[in-house]
Order: sequence, then structure tokens, then C-alpha cells
Amino acid sequence: MIRTAIVSDAIDVPALIREVTSEATGATTLFLGTVRDVNDGRDVTGIEYTAYAGMASDELQRIAVEAQTQFDGVRVAVEHRIGTLGLSDVSVAIAVAHARRTQAMDASRFIIEELKRRVPIWKCEHYADGERQWIDPTASRASVVAS
Amino acid sequence: MTQLQVLLFASYADAFGANCVSVTVAEPATTADVVGALRALPGGHVLPMSPLVAVDRRYTRGDVAVSAGQEIAVIPPVAGG
Repeated sequence: MIRTAIVSDAIDVPALIREVTSEATGATTLFLGTVRDVNDGRDVTGIEYTAYAGMASDELQRIAVEAQTQFDGVRVAVEHRIGTLGLSDVSVAIAVAHARRTQAMDASRFIIEELKRRVPIWKCEHYADGERQWIDPTASRASVVAS
Repeated sequence: MTQLQVLLFASYADAFGANCVSVTVAEPATTADVVGALRALPGGHVLPMSPLVAVDRRYTRGDVAVSAGQEIAVIPPVAGG
């Protein structure tokens, strides 16, 4: 099974785990991405996630299908949240189950790495000093936007 | 000449001051023509020489043909997760 979604409400993490587990799965992995309080030495108060919604949904689904092709038998549920998130909020949850742990762990790693590389989602960090900044993983410095 | 709508997001939308802009390019048009036209607009300086471009919700590779009616988007570096 595969289910992927871009969501605007809080992610129900236990529900994702229940979705992928079955009597045939002996290993379940859960990856959570959460908003942390400091980035590059700056105090973060929250992150605004935006997406190219239609394409992000399509690309996330393609990644999950690729994971299932590469790691035969994995069961995958992925949700990425958009909107304004506070500290410690879950931005992404990836639940993967398989009969064996190696496939479950490798598929989970594959999905988060491909997601970060390909899915058109962006985050604008908000800082305690009132500035905000679009994060550009390809640049040494992100663009600073005065609030 | 043809007029194409281009979707913009995040830092690019901020720079152009819009989530969607129109560009006028000669036919037959390609993604490079679209990027070139965008770079000539106010805010266009933020675009790298070869930004990511998606057509009909799929990333393109190299210079590909585009036409009115297709969904064209110029994609800033993604940062999900």
C-alpha cells in the first residue's frame, strides 16, 4: 500500500503507523521532521511552509512508488504539512513497514532524501528578531526578507 | 508572438511581487525563452541562469518546447522536510 498527501492540519502520526502495519510486517520505521528552535545560530520562532500543491502531491506519490519498486513489499504512508508551524510541530511524517527491517529503514531514508531533493515545498523561517528568510539548501546564504 | 502564464513560488514570487506573471515570447517558444523573458522583468535578477522549470507538473531537463495552455512553473530551490 502507498498513501501520500500534502496536508494543512496537524499530522496524525499514530494513524500513519496503523496504516502501514499488518500481520505480515515485522519492521516499522517512522521518520518525523520537526521545527527546531535554532538554525544557523539564529533563534527560530516558526516556519511557514508553502508548496506548489498539485506538483508536490504528484512528486511525493512518484517517490513513494519508486520506493515500492526499489524495496519490494514496503508499505508506505507519507504526509507533509504546509502552513505556519510552531516549534516542535511535525512538518513531515514517513511511516514505512516491511517484513524485514533493512528494507523498511532503507526505504524510509530513500523517501526523505528524495523528498528534500525533489518535492516543490519551501520553508520561510521566522526569527525572534522579526526577520524572515526563505531557506535555500543550495546556497551558503539564504535570502533575507525584512518583515 | 505568444503570451504564456508562468507560476512563481516562495522567494521568486516575493521578488516578482506575484504568484503568476505573463511573458510574451516568439513562437515556437521554449523554456529558455520563458526564463529569458522573466529575467528581463523587475525582480528577474533573482533567477539563476538555469532555474528549475516544471511543465505540466513535471521537471524539465534542458530546453524544451512550451505553448499556451501548458502549466509552466519556475521552481526555486526546494526545501521540504
